[in-house]
Amino acid sequence: MQRKEDYATRRQHLAGLTDAELAARFWQLAEAIVAPLVELAEKNTSPSVERSVLLRLGFNSLEAQALVQAILERDLLGKGAGHLVYIAAEAWGTDCLTAGRRLLQGEGWDLVSAQLAEKEALANEA
Amino acid sequence: MKPEDKLDIQLILKDLEHYRPRRRGWTWRQPVPEQKMGPFTYKQTSQPLKQSIPLPASKYFGDIDPQPDCVITAEIASGRFEDDLRRMRMAAWHGADHIMVIRTAGQSHYDGLIEGTPEGVGGVPITRKQVRATRKALDLIEDEVGRPINFHSYVSGVAGPEIAVLFAEEGVNGAHQDPQYNVLYRNVNMQRSFVDAAVAKRLMAYAGMAQIDGAHNANATAREAWKVMPELLVQHAINSAFSVQVGMPKDMICLSTVPPSASPAPALRYDLPYAIALRELFAGYRMRAQMNTKYIESDTREAIVTHTLNVLISRLTSADIQSTITPDEGRNVPWHYNSIHAINTAKQALLALDGITDMIEFKIDGPLRQQVREIKERAVLFMEEILEVGGYFAAVSQGFFVDSGYYPERSGDGIARDPQGGVGANTVVPRDPDYFAPVCAHFGYNNLPAELASPCQLVGGCTLCRPEKIAYIDELDPEDNVEKRLQQVAAASGGGIVPEVEWAGDGYINLQIFLPTDVRTAEAAALAMGERLGLTDCEVIHKQVMQPAEGTYLEMKGRVPFNINPASLVIPEPTPLLSEAAIREDIAKHPLTVVAATIGEDEHSVGMREIIDIKHGGLEGFGIRCIYLGTSVPVQKVIDAAIETAADAILVSTIITHADVHRLNMRRLHELCVEKGVRERFILVGGGTQVNNEMALECGLDAGFGRGTKGIHVASFLVRRRRALRSDQ
Repeated sequence: MQRKEDYATRRQHLAGLTDAELAARFWQLAEAIVAPLVELAEKNTSPSVERSVLLRLGFNSLEAQALVQAILERDLLGKGAGHLVYIAAEAWGTDCLTAGRRLLQGEGWDLVSAQLAEKEALANEA
Repeated sequence: MKPEDKLDIQLILKDLEHYRPRRRGWTWRQPVPEQKMGPFTYKQTSQPLKQSIPLPASKYFGDIDPQPDCVITAEIASGRFEDDLRRMRMAAWHGADHIMVIRTAGQSHYDGLIEGTPEGVGGVPITRKQVRATRKALDLIEDEVGRPINFHSYVSGVAGPEIAVLFAEEGVNGAHQDPQYNVLYRNVNMQRSFVDAAVAKRLMAYAGMAQIDGAHNANATAREAWKVMPELLVQHAINSAFSVQVGMPKDMICLSTVPPSASPAPALRYDLPYAIALRELFAGYRMRAQMNTKYIESDTREAIVTHTLNVLISRLTSADIQSTITPDEGRNVPWHYNSIHAINTAKQALLALDGITDMIEFKIDGPLRQQVREIKERAVLFMEEILEVGGYFAAVSQGFFVDSGYYPERSGDGIARDPQGGVGANTVVPRDPDYFAPVCAHFGYNNLPAELASPCQLVGGCTLCRPEKIAYIDELDPEDNVEKRLQQVAAASGGGIVPEVEWAGDGYINLQIFLPTDVRTAEAAALAMGERLGLTDCEVIHKQVMQPAEGTYLEMKGRVPFNINPASLVIPEPTPLLSEAAIREDIAKHPLTVVAATIGEDEHSVGMREIIDIKHGGLEGFGIRCIYLGTSVPVQKVIDAAIETAADAILVSTIITHADVHRLNMRRLHELCVEKGVRERFILVGGGTQVNNEMALECGLDAGFGRGTKGIHVASFLVRRRRALRSDQ
């Protein structure tokens, strides 16, 4: 967009504000701009977010990378990578690292899906 | 670690697998109001260092090295972190306590963490091993200088949350984090940037890290940087408001602010109102004052003046962190000593301006207040329009940002990005109702069981709570790693001394040359000279016309194709000084008279007075009788006075050096004494800023003293010399 300088006319509604009122308006606007961005972040996740969860569970970066890739291929990222590993660990009675490494070998994905479906059914009933 | 020992890189790399950082979080300096140091009382300084290197002029003020109250940053990243560690130590010794490591080109598009220690381009690949080794080295260095050192890098790109985890785990103390930077300058998808940023910021907040935003990049990108001032306020506001919303405390949010203009612009008329507007609107936030890079050319002198004026803005307003830009950033990857120059520019200017606002204040009425108000209003108008067009993503897609028009003027040259495009597009996924992440410091919807004491309880603790769970990868590439590089460098130098500006063994030196010819001829001639000197890879890195026909000033770098074996050097042992008591005792037993004068057509007397005056710790203080004849004294007259007073020694000072007058005068003194048959009777001493001992001996004198000489040096010499003469007899 191209536009000639029109500050003098555009500012008319600000001219009467005190400095404090102007500052308050500045922050009001900033908060209004970021509110939908914060909401977006609250409700969504990403491969990097999920890899960061796996790192915090003690996986190394190569494992985190491969696991998230495997999760994406199965369209399960919205469940949370940590969640999936936890389900497998519970089902097998192992720690998360062992469970994650077995998932990486291609083991147990059916089991994880079944558990998810079962939990979902329970949640729907409730 | 001892000051005289080099940093042992092998020791740093040893047992890294088990190294844990000693703390998390950022450390500010401890201000000491009304601090007395040497002859002065400072208003804006902090705890002094245990060991440091003061500014060169500090020798006139009792060698004091006052440390300003704000943190001082050095950006250090050559591409080889092992060489950077040594530079970090030099930087810390000069007063830097914030070490910022720039990432290698391309890391922001790397979808995941890099491991090992590969070589970088324009920066360092940020990896766990590199971060851990750097933190370990900085832990040693901070013990050595006696002040905590903040280690800092970047949490941006498409692996932000992972890098934030890495930094939180490894004790990194600060980071750049600003999703707008990803969007505008790295073309990372917008949704991805903000989703990742929220998690990254929450992790940074958990670890107490200071955050620096990315608004300064608009200065560096826009054609006329001062016109983006309203937008800079908007960018700061968006990142700040977003950061606060996701849980970061205000006082850990540092606004990266650069004075947007530079002379020959009337810079302060732009920079000052902007700095005030920013600080007024963002009360409670921290200011990271950065130096200007936009208008830096290859002239290091020009850069240093710009940067000094930038520090003036910092002191006239405020700065919590004073960052530094090396004066050579306009021409190459910063060199070791230029990193140090930059720190000293900041330290020197900050100290010079200590307490300045106790003496001056801004005019309440007039152009300053008017401009402050105008910049704020323009920023408010900018944000109103963002909301009018449908919010941030819509505004970016319409090229609102980094437009060179002074908002609301628009030139139509802003950076426009597609909300559905960019690196990492279509990778954001909605969290399902049963989504959860059983780890600490996570942001956003997390459907964990309500009864947990901590989010990671389900999994027996996350790495933030139980660091022993952190997985460490050493190296992935058997060729491109630190061990291989260290071996190669050691093999190439064979233990000899090789010049260095960037990497160990790079061999570069820089020649400063004036050639009395036009610029094109001068450049060609300089390169030819470099070749004749035997240098390799010569490159002219700065050229400046003095006058189109009369001459050109150049700086040329080139590699030295050999090394020096230190064992082959003949290094004269410095003679230890006699103690003050020993000198006094000797003078008391055998009184000593000196005749002193500034010789030739020279009116300078300061240096000689410092050597003889009792109040400067001079010769008189040791009981030596001094007869001072004044300035511009003919050599003949000095000798006559020495004969008349039966003096033991003659001290002459000479400063002006045109056509080697100082040498001629010193030689004359010796020759006239010989002619008169009195050479044996007197100890002859020469002094002056351009004089040194070898030169004085060559002229026939007994000793010469140059810059930095104190009375005790001369007294000690006179006593020793007289003892030697006596034992000869």
